[in-house]
Amino acid sequence: MPYSADLDIRVTDSSLRDGSHAKRHQFTVEHVRSVVGALDDAGVPVIEVTHGDGLGGSSFNYGFSHTPEQELIKAAVATAKRAKIAFLMLPGLGIQDDIREAADNGASVCRIATHCTEADISVQHFGLARKLGLETVGFLMMAHSRPPEALAEQARIMADAGCQCVYVVDSAGALIMEQTGDRVAALVAELGPDAQVGFHGHENLGLGVANSVIAVRAGAVQIDGSTRRFGAGAGNTPVEAFAAVAEKLGIRTGIDTIKIIDAAEDVVRPIMDGECLLDRMSLTMGYAGVYSSFLKHADRQAKKYGVPGAEILLEAGRRNLVGGQEDQLIEIAVALAAKK
Amino acid sequence: MTKATAAIVGSGNIGTDLMYKLLRSEAIEPRWMIGVDQDSPGLKRAESAGLTASAEGVDRLLDQGERPDIVFEATSAYVHKENAPKYLALGIQAVDLTPAALGPAVVPAVNLGAHLDAPNVSLITCGGQATIPIVHAVSRVTEVAYAEIVASVASPSAGPGTRANIDEFTRTTGRGIETIGGAGKGKAIIILNPAEPPMLMQDTVFCAIPVDADREAITVSIKEVVAAVASYVPGYRLRAEPQFDDPTPMSGGLARVAVFLEVEGAGDFLPPYSGNLDIMTAAATKVGEGFARRILSERS
Repeated sequence: MPYSADLDIRVTDSSLRDGSHAKRHQFTVEHVRSVVGALDDAGVPVIEVTHGDGLGGSSFNYGFSHTPEQELIKAAVATAKRAKIAFLMLPGLGIQDDIREAADNGASVCRIATHCTEADISVQHFGLARKLGLETVGFLMMAHSRPPEALAEQARIMADAGCQCVYVVDSAGALIMEQTGDRVAALVAELGPDAQVGFHGHENLGLGVANSVIAVRAGAVQIDGSTRRFGAGAGNTPVEAFAAVAEKLGIRTGIDTIKIIDAAEDVVRPIMDGECLLDRMSLTMGYAGVYSSFLKHADRQAKKYGVPGAEILLEAGRRNLVGGQEDQLIEIAVALAAKK
Repeated sequence: MTKATAAIVGSGNIGTDLMYKLLRSEAIEPRWMIGVDQDSPGLKRAESAGLTASAEGVDRLLDQGERPDIVFEATSAYVHKENAPKYLALGIQAVDLTPAALGPAVVPAVNLGAHLDAPNVSLITCGGQATIPIVHAVSRVTEVAYAEIVASVASPSAGPGTRANIDEFTRTTGRGIETIGGAGKGKAIIILNPAEPPMLMQDTVFCAIPVDADREAITVSIKEVVAAVASYVPGYRLRAEPQFDDPTPMSGGLARVAVFLEVEGAGDFLPPYSGNLDIMTAAATKVGEGFARRILSERS
């Protein structure tokens, strides 16, 4: 079933949220204005703006924001003519007051993320978001780490709490084709008419676009990407490439392919510190199933303690760290340095 | 030595673990275990350990001729709010292990002495018990404008109450970092990790410090406090030496010290990975013993 009468699927661009990781959370109001302006003009229907780790993410553990995220949300809302502005929040890190503030600032889509086994910590937050009249999206992060049926059970918890679309979130960029399709299909079967299903991909194994197409074929009606891959790890599904592929496959996204290709090159690329690359570090994350936003943190600790960054990531994988445990990367680096 | 008598209200996992700790206490005699369900395994365990176990709730306990000197509340915030006025009316000191936060917050290694005669004290949260001592250790040496803690807890040891109201953990802990830890501003983060076998509770404390702070003095102070906490929570330890960082743009221009902790539970009843629960029952025991010694000394 299509997303709406006009769209087969709805795309959310996360370059101003997932890209915050790659930018080490140093976005300015100017960056937000220029990117939102270009994406909005290209017809991207939803644009997510928040600290990379969601509301309240500005911290020692994840990196302090250059500009308070609520200021960035206000700037995005003021700039967008058509697009809805979304924000992310992680229960345990952000709190309900953060959601209220983002809603007051004009954001209209509330995306709530938990590790894919911990959906029940989001119940309160979905309840509040719905009460505030926000559209709701749920993120089951690190979805590669659990089988489809287990994910579907967790999706049910979110849907019952008021979530209108549950995403299979490939935080580690570790899902491979059928694994994506099977997970999306399991959620579609479980949720039926109660909630939509979405897919959020990363490029750590080079499969963002392919996984997204497979997700659509399995019934996903919302897809995340980041223009120019601007995101954690090797980056997210590139929106411009996905828009082009979708157009050729006859999947209606509402995005003007030529305009988004131009926006990627002329507007987004210039504000990036560097391209999001499929290099040794990010490939290691996809290979070892490591949370993508660990990349810059592992990189920094590797330099500080003189240990290989890929080793830190492999150990993070062995320890089964989940999103949010960036602090542990320091301890891993200290331990590796002590072994030398 | 005579002991002060105590009742444990709440016969669940926490109450049961606490009972085994109190049974070893030289100052407290746990005499009653109060539940609401006759078939609760906690009540059966209490009975076989020689306590008077009752499923008839708190009113029955308080109506009897002999009343406890101290009550340990291991129910829920809601129930404790109902019960607390009854304890107060009868002059029974209460140690509150729920998040109700009615009385002053106590972290034994930091401020137990200040509240020995308080009618009701709150133990804040497990993350607070583990991390506030460290914030205090740093703030007694140098100014801490901001402190942040990350508590990583094994998924199976986070109960339904914590899960249903996780904001309460972050708020209450953040406040304790300020009021007891001595930080200008406090922030708390909790992460649930489902790894199998379950991970031990791990806590990281970041304190902003002045660029020219005496780092050696900070390290010494931290180690002293870790030893003080370990005297009542044996599984509490540093996982690495305190780590210092100079300011960067990502650190908000602040220098910092990062402290990595691990809490292994004593395994009295709860599994050793539940360091988050063990530190609460261990802190409750320590606070209760402080109460008991004061009560006994007034009696003699």
